[in-house]
Amino acid sequence: MASHYEAPIRKPLVLGDKGYHDVTVDIAAPVEGRANKHWWIVFSIALVAFLWGIGCIIYTVSTGIGTWGLNKTVNWAWDITNFVWWVGIGHAGTLISAVLLLFRQKWRMAINRSAEAMTIFSVIQAGLFPIIHMGRPWLAYWVLPIPNQFGSLWVNFNSPLLWDVFAISTYLSVSLVFWWTGLLPDFAMIRDRAVLPFQKKIYSLLSFGWSGRAKDWQRFEEVSLVLAGLATPLVLSVHTIVSFDFATSVIPGWHTTIFPPYFVAGAVFSGFAMVNTLLIIMRKVCHLEDYITIQHIELMNIVIMLTGSIVGCAYITELFMAWYSGVEYEQYAFLNRATGPYWWAYWSMMTCNVFSPQFMWFKKLRTSIMFSFFISIVVNIGMWFERFVIIVTSLHRDYLPSSWTMFSPTFVDIGIFIGTIGFFFVLFLLYARTFPVIAQAEVKSILKSSGEKYKTLRDAGKPLYQITKMRSDSKEPITDDVLMGEVVPTVGDKVGISDLLSAVGTFDSTTDQPDNLKKVKGIGPQMEATLNQIGIYTFAQVARMTEREYNLLDAITSSFPGRAQRDDWAGQASILLNNKR
Amino acid sequence: MASKVIHAFYDDDDVLMLAVKRVKAAKLHIEEVYCPFPVHGLDKAMGLAPTRIAITSFLYGCVGLVVSVVMMNYIMIDDWPQDIGGKPSFSYIENMPAFVPIMFELTVFFAAHLMVITFYLRSRLWPFKEAENPDVRTTDDHFLMEIEIHDNEQELKDLLMDTGAVEINVTEKNSH
Repeated sequence: MASHYEAPIRKPLVLGDKGYHDVTVDIAAPVEGRANKHWWIVFSIALVAFLWGIGCIIYTVSTGIGTWGLNKTVNWAWDITNFVWWVGIGHAGTLISAVLLLFRQKWRMAINRSAEAMTIFSVIQAGLFPIIHMGRPWLAYWVLPIPNQFGSLWVNFNSPLLWDVFAISTYLSVSLVFWWTGLLPDFAMIRDRAVLPFQKKIYSLLSFGWSGRAKDWQRFEEVSLVLAGLATPLVLSVHTIVSFDFATSVIPGWHTTIFPPYFVAGAVFSGFAMVNTLLIIMRKVCHLEDYITIQHIELMNIVIMLTGSIVGCAYITELFMAWYSGVEYEQYAFLNRATGPYWWAYWSMMTCNVFSPQFMWFKKLRTSIMFSFFISIVVNIGMWFERFVIIVTSLHRDYLPSSWTMFSPTFVDIGIFIGTIGFFFVLFLLYARTFPVIAQAEVKSILKSSGEKYKTLRDAGKPLYQITKMRSDSKEPITDDVLMGEVVPTVGDKVGISDLLSAVGTFDSTTDQPDNLKKVKGIGPQMEATLNQIGIYTFAQVARMTEREYNLLDAITSSFPGRAQRDDWAGQASILLNNKR
Repeated sequence: MASKVIHAFYDDDDVLMLAVKRVKAAKLHIEEVYCPFPVHGLDKAMGLAPTRIAITSFLYGCVGLVVSVVMMNYIMIDDWPQDIGGKPSFSYIENMPAFVPIMFELTVFFAAHLMVITFYLRSRLWPFKEAENPDVRTTDDHFLMEIEIHDNEQELKDLLMDTGAVEINVTEKNSH
């Protein structure tokens, strides 16, 4: 069909010989399987860091902001640095899901789910900092414009700090519904595959009863498009408003009109770096190399290179404007950044953010996984230094030389920062175990245009589909039991039984216990009896079945060919086997 | 009311599209099609009316804009005008530039959230809602076309088998 056409020059986005069911199986696998040792190790480390952070937060709130390294001159430091850093990281998710949707970039579909998850989790971290910095976080509701007991005293709507409250809460909540709406069909997929009643219940709850009617899909697509249209200016507005926190002040080095576009580019830059960091690990751990391909990493590297160069331009423009303005205070602020006591922070920032992404001009480097991972970490560090440089170096030498000072963080500053990193990874690791990490419904919708299987078929001039007509004379056993679709076996057919048993292994009643094979979707009481007759009694035996064994089984039972493949009996059996252990 | 329906399963979106066109050409009413992913052009082929949800979003956005303007005017101009940074709050229009961020955010907030709530209510999606897809395979790799039977079971079966259905079931359906 014409709608599935894609230029042959485009590389496939889904590798391997994958049909629709393969996508389902691959994406449900991390959720249905068990966590391995590495997951538990990383999760424990993240949890310890998180608990350490909670301890530091409790200490801060119970003792006071004096536990931080702030002083009279440097009255904003790590808290706001971390806040801006996390908000910045939170920009890639919506950019990928919204802006790339508007530009119809199909490669976003493999990464948008995780990027949005990252966005939500990092904005949660960002939100913690202003709340902790309030000192009395239980009064956080005072930022809301609510009638109160102090006469008609309202919050100050002229303040960029209040704009931030509105921008970030709108961004967080809109990103959340955007993410959740996209998740509904994928939760429904896991719900319909769930074997255990508890899983079924949880995923039914999460999927909001998604049924996939044609009308639902029509609305779903329209809602996605409109949300993308709304989220695009929203994502640009959020970091613009964050930059107003600085740009509307009168501090040299902050009072700059270039801040909004410069902050937005920086945010996209750091966000993509974090997406690369997370996905390079996740594709390996969750075996998703066929979906998150080298091409995806390369494209993200190109975005990093582009936004890194924009950030570099902004740095140089800032220096030029400081000189050109003729304002001594402005000029000194920048001279002090590059050559003052914080020169090491400035040059780390320059190296990490401007110099390092330039390596991505080389195809060999930007398609290297190890190098991409390394650069993504470097960029994350560099972008933290950028905020530190802007905030601390502009403050530490103010208008009054007698109050010039340095800033040194206390263990509480460091502890809270590490705690938020721990919290972020706790959330992300839990997400990776329980959520469908790739938008499988969307991937299926591009499979025919961009999947390797169908691209190969198209290149060979073969049709993408064939209409196989059922023989209308052979009355198929149509049962009313729709859910089970019970298969009726032909009895007494011994062809290939020994072949089948030699492949899946024999059942020894003296050492093995027979399993309840009916737990496998698609096997009913009658099919179970047939399997037992053949000599298949355990999940382990079913789990060993492959294409060849399925065909042998089909030859023996003769009706509903392909049933076992379609329901992936072997896959289901191996999950049941794991759960039993 | 219980009625008899026929469920035809397809395992390919292109085959489904051709089947939908065949069934429509035979002047039959398609009750519903359940899909695992959005099939482009299916709504048109089935004869579904275009969705108006984008229009509601626009209207909700207008409501958000009005709410923010009224709120800013009441809080900052009417109720307690203050002189902040040498910029006295006497007139809405003169102070408006400082309110643009709030006006924008609330417009987006209303447009996005109310549209999504409308979508959830219209498509009957909420926590603890029971799923209504008749077969679990429809969220995996199968497409299911549901057609009501009016004493034409055999004709329907023959037609659907001819369109390439991989499985055909006849069931009772209780309309909700």
